[in-house]
Amino acid sequence: MTVMEQRGAYRPTPPPAWQPRTDPAPLLPDARPYRVLGTEAAGRTDPDLLLRLYRQLVTGRRFNAQATALTKQGRLAVYPSSTGQEACEVTAAAVLEEHDWLFPSYRDTLAVVSRGVDPVRALTLLRGDWHTGYDPHEHRVAPLSTPLATQLPHAVGLAHAARLKGDDVVALALVGDGGTSEGDFHEALNFAAVWQAPVVFLVQNNGFAISVPLAKQTAAPSLAHKAVGYGMPGRLVDGNDAAAVHEVLAGAVRRAREGGGPTLVEAVTYRVEAHTNADDAGRYRSESEVETWRAHDPIVLLEEELTHRGLLDEATRTAARDAAEAMAADLRARMNADPALHPLDLFAHVHARPTAQLREQAEQLRAELEAEAEGAGR
Amino acid sequence: MTTVAARPATMAQALTRALRDAMAADPTVHVMGEDVGTLGGVFRITDGLAAEFGEDRCTDTPLAEAGILGAAVGMAMYGLRPVVEMQFDAFAYPSFEQLVSHVAKMRNRTRGAMPMPLTVRIPYGGGIGGVEHHSDSSEAYYMATPGLHVYTPATVADAYGMLRAAIASDDPVVFLEPKRLYWSKDTWDPEDPPAVEPAGRAVVRRRGSSATLLTYGPSLPVCMEAAEAAREEGWDLEVVDLRSLVPFDDETVCASVRRTGRAVVVHESTGFGGPGGEIAARVTERCFHHLEAPVLRVAGFDVPYPPPMLERHHLPGVDRILDAVGRLQWEAEN
Repeated sequence: MTVMEQRGAYRPTPPPAWQPRTDPAPLLPDARPYRVLGTEAAGRTDPDLLLRLYRQLVTGRRFNAQATALTKQGRLAVYPSSTGQEACEVTAAAVLEEHDWLFPSYRDTLAVVSRGVDPVRALTLLRGDWHTGYDPHEHRVAPLSTPLATQLPHAVGLAHAARLKGDDVVALALVGDGGTSEGDFHEALNFAAVWQAPVVFLVQNNGFAISVPLAKQTAAPSLAHKAVGYGMPGRLVDGNDAAAVHEVLAGAVRRAREGGGPTLVEAVTYRVEAHTNADDAGRYRSESEVETWRAHDPIVLLEEELTHRGLLDEATRTAARDAAEAMAADLRARMNADPALHPLDLFAHVHARPTAQLREQAEQLRAELEAEAEGAGR
Repeated sequence: MTTVAARPATMAQALTRALRDAMAADPTVHVMGEDVGTLGGVFRITDGLAAEFGEDRCTDTPLAEAGILGAAVGMAMYGLRPVVEMQFDAFAYPSFEQLVSHVAKMRNRTRGAMPMPLTVRIPYGGGIGGVEHHSDSSEAYYMATPGLHVYTPATVADAYGMLRAAIASDDPVVFLEPKRLYWSKDTWDPEDPPAVEPAGRAVVRRRGSSATLLTYGPSLPVCMEAAEAAREEGWDLEVVDLRSLVPFDDETVCASVRRTGRAVVVHESTGFGGPGGEIAARVTERCFHHLEAPVLRVAGFDVPYPPPMLERHHLPGVDRILDAVGRLQWEAEN
């Protein structure tokens, strides 16, 4: 055998452990946010669904306005509004079955209310009479999570536990664009993909983390692209197009329910209000930018579609508005009553049974309260 | 019925047995962490559990402590009883936010609707020649977080009983395992482990009348040795093993100090901001008129944990404990 023949037979040995893994192509998001309203796809949507979403959007917008008004009246300590993001908020609740779970972040009070939680109970965190005012098990809604992205691994763990028990449960977890920079976002997506947990992650990319724009948050092609690195599909959707958000989320939920594993959905939307009532958005963005988004408002987009299809008459508009006003009036009336406060509850739920030290401290507070009441009585 | 005679067992074996028995007794108990499955953990505490109960009950997770504890929170929300293994004390820190913001607060935040019956096992402390980040005494961080229980066993029997109690507890427990005692042996019958008592009580390990050494975990054997050595100096020392840092057993501690009139707190953790300051304050507040001398502390120096070749200078040893006992104002007695 010649030297050349020997060289011809030579093949570099591949590293023994290396195998091709997931093909990334099917995981990649669309190049542009998926749209339904105003496109050919709109014709295929169920008119009843569109009308239902319309009524929920109108009520949702009114809820945000009422909650913001309550901050001005001193009835809420703070309110991070989801005005402009209502299509994501109401749809997140709409795509879930009763036995599914929702994991909200602090900006998602509207999603919590849309899931059926009493608004007054959903708002205790922001009123300040207790942290979580509702029993999470009642409507299968986790507590509103203020530490960013920390609720995402909870959703993964709960979905994983349900699957181990053989229960049909999907967890839908909400997070913002800023939250995608947190380590817990990365770890949650990684765990979900490794465990093939029935979870849907919905990132509402509203453009800002308080004042910091997306450009300073990430260099990724889109937030949906982050899914590919974990081996799950990423979906990019127009977050102000309620029909598109509904279709994409419902598809992701169905996929999770059928054992297909997790999906990351990025909904491109806009935070029309400031971060909270305590924020001054004029310091970091122009009013003209806000105006371009007001023109792409989720309610306007849906109204245009419904009108185009002859589904929106004046009676329907009025009925939607009246229902929203009734909700707001009820919320206003109930929030205008001072909440009953129970100071000794501070000690009641720290542990299953209070420690000796906490019993001592509860006694101290009880004595202080009695002295206070006596003083007030004199 | 077969009976097996008590024989020497290590703390590591007792911990393994506790996990096994807890998993056998309760199908909601799930063990999870890095390397806990096939390998049985870097200290082999979970040895055999994946084989016996399957990988769904004893799960190798991705290497991400916040993700591990965060997922455990979600599992506990759904009614499971996760037992998380953190590989080493200093590698638990990435999970700190989950522990402080969610594990510790979930019951309180939801007015009891969402308890967190999970256990976080953390091998802690020095004395094993570990390189940097493998020898921290992190108990003060956990003690300072309302909502957590903090247990640390010092004997083989307690390792079993307290871990069973931790897993059975409806509150989250940070279970600190003194890693240098993993291979300590005691006569203990693995076939007939003692009944599980609710944790939360300290215990007197050695009766004495001159002064009380208040200690826990890895420092207990050192204190027992110091108490023996102290006999030559004419001191008859009492040794209290705290066992549970939260809840703190003021009753047992104060009863001992009132008897002896003097106390030294001994732990590996740094002195400044360490558990000893809290313990000394509690004893002083409650036993002032019984004290013949200020409560002293023998602790690790206020330095980052030393490299292994220097750690013997850092760890509280017999001589340093005896020096402290010698400074308990005995001249007043004469």
